[in-house]
Amino acid sequence: MAKMTMVQALNLALRQEMEKDDSIIVLGEDVGVDGGVFRVTDGLIDQFGDQRALDTPLAESAIVGMSIGMAVYGLKPVCEIQFSGFSYQNFHQIENHAARLRWRSQGRFHVPMVLRTPYGGGVRALEHHSESREAYWAHTPGIKMVIPSGPRNARALLVSAIRDPDPVIFYESKALYRAFREEVPEAEETLPIGKPQLLKEGADLTMISYGAMMRPTLEAAGELKDNHGIEADVIDLLTISPLAEEILVQSVKKTGRAVVIHEAPRSFGPGAEIVSRLVEKAFYYLEAPVERVTGFDVIIPLFSREKAYLPGADRILRAAKKVLAAS
Amino acid sequence: MPRKKITISDKIETLSILNEKGQLDKKLEPDIDKDVLLKLHRFMMLARKFDERLLNLQRQGRIGTFPPIKGQEAAQLGAIAHLRTSDWMVPAFRETAAELWRGRSLESIIIYYNGFAEGVDIPDDRNDLPISVPVGSQIIHATGLGWAAKYRQKDDVIMTFFGDGATSQGDFHEGLNFAAVFQTPVVFVCQNNQWAISVPLSKQTRSKTLAQKALAYGMPGIQVDGNDILAVFVAAQEAVQRARNGDGPTLIECVTYRVMMHTTADDPKRYRTDEEVEKWSKRDPLPRFEKYLMNKGLLSKAKLNEIESEIMEEIQAAVDGAEKQMAGFGDPMNMFDHAYAEMPSYLKEQKADLARELSEAGKEGNHG
Repeated sequence: MAKMTMVQALNLALRQEMEKDDSIIVLGEDVGVDGGVFRVTDGLIDQFGDQRALDTPLAESAIVGMSIGMAVYGLKPVCEIQFSGFSYQNFHQIENHAARLRWRSQGRFHVPMVLRTPYGGGVRALEHHSESREAYWAHTPGIKMVIPSGPRNARALLVSAIRDPDPVIFYESKALYRAFREEVPEAEETLPIGKPQLLKEGADLTMISYGAMMRPTLEAAGELKDNHGIEADVIDLLTISPLAEEILVQSVKKTGRAVVIHEAPRSFGPGAEIVSRLVEKAFYYLEAPVERVTGFDVIIPLFSREKAYLPGADRILRAAKKVLAAS
Repeated sequence: MPRKKITISDKIETLSILNEKGQLDKKLEPDIDKDVLLKLHRFMMLARKFDERLLNLQRQGRIGTFPPIKGQEAAQLGAIAHLRTSDWMVPAFRETAAELWRGRSLESIIIYYNGFAEGVDIPDDRNDLPISVPVGSQIIHATGLGWAAKYRQKDDVIMTFFGDGATSQGDFHEGLNFAAVFQTPVVFVCQNNQWAISVPLSKQTRSKTLAQKALAYGMPGIQVDGNDILAVFVAAQEAVQRARNGDGPTLIECVTYRVMMHTTADDPKRYRTDEEVEKWSKRDPLPRFEKYLMNKGLLSKAKLNEIESEIMEEIQAAVDGAEKQMAGFGDPMNMFDHAYAEMPSYLKEQKADLARELSEAGKEGNHG
């Protein structure tokens, strides 16, 4: 196994899937000759040619709208929107068409496309380059919303997303692109979409997060264990929508206490839905109010003050202690 | 470093073959097979009579809101007639004539406009997208379908329809630009019907024509009298051939008129004059085509009456059939179908909740 960054792991997923299936077309701004501004599509044009690593004109709506047409025809487009902050230009194509064509055609057509896009803070970027707006997509029926948390699961999930018959929005954390390396097997590996993973087991607390926030969440869980003897179930959602609540509910029935962590703004964020499901399905098992550790309900600040916005291990630890102290 | 005129080599033509008085420009008359001419006429009349009947049904509360197409039959049929079944139609929402030509049943349209998804009727062997309501947003899908056809080295042609209002949308620009850059086999048919609900063309653009916008994208563009089915037929024939030969996209502007309201929820008297409607009614595509066919000896008064009564019977049978079908429609549980390939567990729960709610209401004799 080779140690890879998330960028390399995503590139591996694209490369291997494209080798197997000539219906897969990677398209977007700068994805061909330039190999993507983060180099996720690096070298694809050399191996597969400029039709399968397709540099498009600069227009997000057309990149997604064209992908929809390609998918309806029978291809499997994997389009890249260079930054998720620009994906609102194509929001209507997802909401009005990608999400609905299966329904609107009563099953005659479907849209097996993937929209890959970098999200989130932590890379000292300009405005519009640091948002975490997964709730927009997760709110749309017909769409799947996936967010990996490291190189290995990013590779496995991207393969699954490409093979999925429904449209998948695939958020890639910029902060994780080159943050660390993991062993990624050369042999094919997939992960089911719609299935969270239990990363650590414990009877005292449930910690639920995803994407870039898994790292501070795991750090806080380690701190709780090492310094306080508290053991937590740590759950990585991996798929935001369709949200599979079973593992979350099961865990809370065991621990009675939960903290939900995401960098998206709090109000109407994924945490609100997660807490609702816990209240609906595990209310009588709860021993304390569930805490949310999230971004604030403001526009994410410019990068010099971004750290104060993003949840870190300290903030998560504080919330965990509060939940544990309540009786 | 001079300041000079740049010569743009392409030119924009406007084409009219059969004028509003039914006079023919013999030199431009296309050689169209007799059966095709009669089929075009039959569908024009079918679309016209069906549209009138739909309006009547809507006013009686027997169907919901729908967008009438009266006056735009030639602009649709002259273009769609060139597609093979395996070609792709990407409609907006005012293309009932084109949909009928492609084989959509009258029943399905009645059922759809009465608010039932059972009215979606796209058999596996017909490559038509369902109607698309957000103005202009479907234009890009045609470009994607065309790209895919080209990638698969198929000679499929994609034809998409939209109105004058759509040309103000970003998606019009993006769709045509991408199509030209990638030289996709797409025919862009703009039905310039002069009105986008209450906004006239003069408030939509300062361009003299909509066809000229093609120049900016580096593709051929042509304006035709959209109420002259021969002109539409000729322009679309050239465009479809160009696409089929791998020579890229074309923009066709069909100058026509929305004789009726935008949808049945709209009252055009608020924004336009009766005189204007009157003026355009004289340019009706149907009588001039009938006159042409009579002059050619292909149609007679008697034959016309015969066709009309056949069509009226067909429409009546469709209304009866659709109403019978709708009376038999069961519970609304099919709203949960086709959200995803596989239903998520929470959706199964929501479906079970509604089923329970309906069955309890049923027990109380209050079934929706």
